[in-house]
Amino acid sequence: MKLLRDTWLMFVRYFLIFIGNPAWVIIGVIQPVLYLLLFAPLLKSLVHIPGFPPGGAYNVFVPGLLIQLGLFGASGVGFGLIDELRSGVIERFRVTPVSRLALLLGRAGRDLLTLLIQSLILLLLAIPFGLKPTFIGVVVMLGLVALIGLGMSSLAYAAALTLKDENSYAPLVFTLSLPLLLLSGVLLPLQLAPQWLQDIGKANPLSYAVTAARDVFNGNGGSIDVWKGLAIMAALAIVGVAIGARRFSRAIA
Amino acid sequence: MIHTRGLRRTFKGRRGAVEAVAGVDLDVLGGQTFGFLGPNGAGKTTTLRMLSTLLPVTSGQATVAGCDLRHEPAKVRERIGYVSQEGSSYSEVTGRRELAIQGRLYGMNRTVADKRAAELLETLELTDCGDRKTKTYSGGQKRRLDVGIGLMHLPDLLFLDEPTTGLDPQSRARMWDEVRRLRESGTTVFLTTHYLEEADALCDRIAIIDHGKIVAEGTPEELKREVAGDIVLVGPEGPTDKARDVLKGQDFIRELTEEEGDLRLYVDAGETALPQIIRLLDGAGVTLTTLSLHRPSLDDVFFRKTGRSLRETAP
Repeated sequence: MKLLRDTWLMFVRYFLIFIGNPAWVIIGVIQPVLYLLLFAPLLKSLVHIPGFPPGGAYNVFVPGLLIQLGLFGASGVGFGLIDELRSGVIERFRVTPVSRLALLLGRAGRDLLTLLIQSLILLLLAIPFGLKPTFIGVVVMLGLVALIGLGMSSLAYAAALTLKDENSYAPLVFTLSLPLLLLSGVLLPLQLAPQWLQDIGKANPLSYAVTAARDVFNGNGGSIDVWKGLAIMAALAIVGVAIGARRFSRAIA
Repeated sequence: MIHTRGLRRTFKGRRGAVEAVAGVDLDVLGGQTFGFLGPNGAGKTTTLRMLSTLLPVTSGQATVAGCDLRHEPAKVRERIGYVSQEGSSYSEVTGRRELAIQGRLYGMNRTVADKRAAELLETLELTDCGDRKTKTYSGGQKRRLDVGIGLMHLPDLLFLDEPTTGLDPQSRARMWDEVRRLRESGTTVFLTTHYLEEADALCDRIAIIDHGKIVAEGTPEELKREVAGDIVLVGPEGPTDKARDVLKGQDFIRELTEEEGDLRLYVDAGETALPQIIRLLDGAGVTLTTLSLHRPSLDDVFFRKTGRSLRETAP
């Protein structure tokens, strides 16, 4: 009960801070829209290459784009936390009886909500381009994005709490998220990659999410790959939250 | 309100363990304003962070606000307020919202929290800027809000870590009034400061920590008396050697130290010592450029106890 109440209080706090600065929302949406406008058309000419997944350019590309939104959106959340660390807010909360888990979940909840709103905007915008969404596809897709958001933002918070400084946090986040992105098959399907690259890609949990997202968007809602993707993302979220919660509950020296 | 015995904290560094706090015994009674002084790196902040549950204790015993620090940190948290050196409000949130959420985190419902927030804004003279984001606040307003956040849940004990560092004289005076008001209302205040005149003006008792140990403890008056008598600063022309040789063996001088080309003499009674010093130095042919008499201040206490003056150590 206390955990729920504290999480809610934190969630409201961070949500109000977020909408107090709509520039972040706009930036968050503009980036994927640029991919939609400036990159997806290129895929149209690749659709007929052997190995390209079925379903048309946008049904292949948009699910990946949403996963990317989840990855990038979540990896940036640590900056706000570092800002708060520096202004003494985190220390102040730690002296109150607030649940330590709520400190994490309230924020991650805010991140999750904004991510879902961004995803919906993106999905709507993609329809005029030729995206053909299905109800079950959208639901599973948003579920995947939510799990990635929860897991990745928890990990991002853990990293921010450990590093405590933008100048260490930013390089880490960019260094890690780029290979995660490239090896997930978001930009071009990994089916087109040479075998060794596909093998490395298998070590990347996000590649399973991308495969699952594409499958479900192309009418294979019940395929084993979809369940696998969801299960792996759920595991990622649990591990992420566990690590994040541990960092929040331990002393910040 | 605070009782510690053998409080210790060691940090594991690359070159072995560092003992930041090496066995601290403190007794702070309810209702007191207690000043905790020390040079940077002396263990001041580490002690404060341990007492406010932010840092685990390595060994020793402590009760804070009637609860065992090591075994009941959650109960301690409910009873204390803590205002850190860095401040405690976020630039993108209004003062009123910062106060209200603090109250809510201590279990107040929205009505009670809003009412208490309005009350505090009023007493701290922040009503006018209460609905503005804190990034627009002046240094003094921000610091007062920090104190308000610490007081939101009416704690028995408030920790103030350097409440006036970086404030202009007017804001500092305003903050002093606030601390005095807390004392009148019966709140125990445990404050650290770099300003000895602040400790002298506000505190019932003072402890000085150096190298992780308490080197002096008492009321400001007791501590000043302990330094004993008066201080005469003798500034001879040129090197101090000759003047020192002349004065060294004199009975009326209890102690003689040297400081930046001056001799610092501790004497029982300054009024009678001055003529004697002049006569002696004159007789030995030492020319004086300056000669001054000081009543001991906490600066002198600090200097005697730590071998440093507090101003040198201020950041």
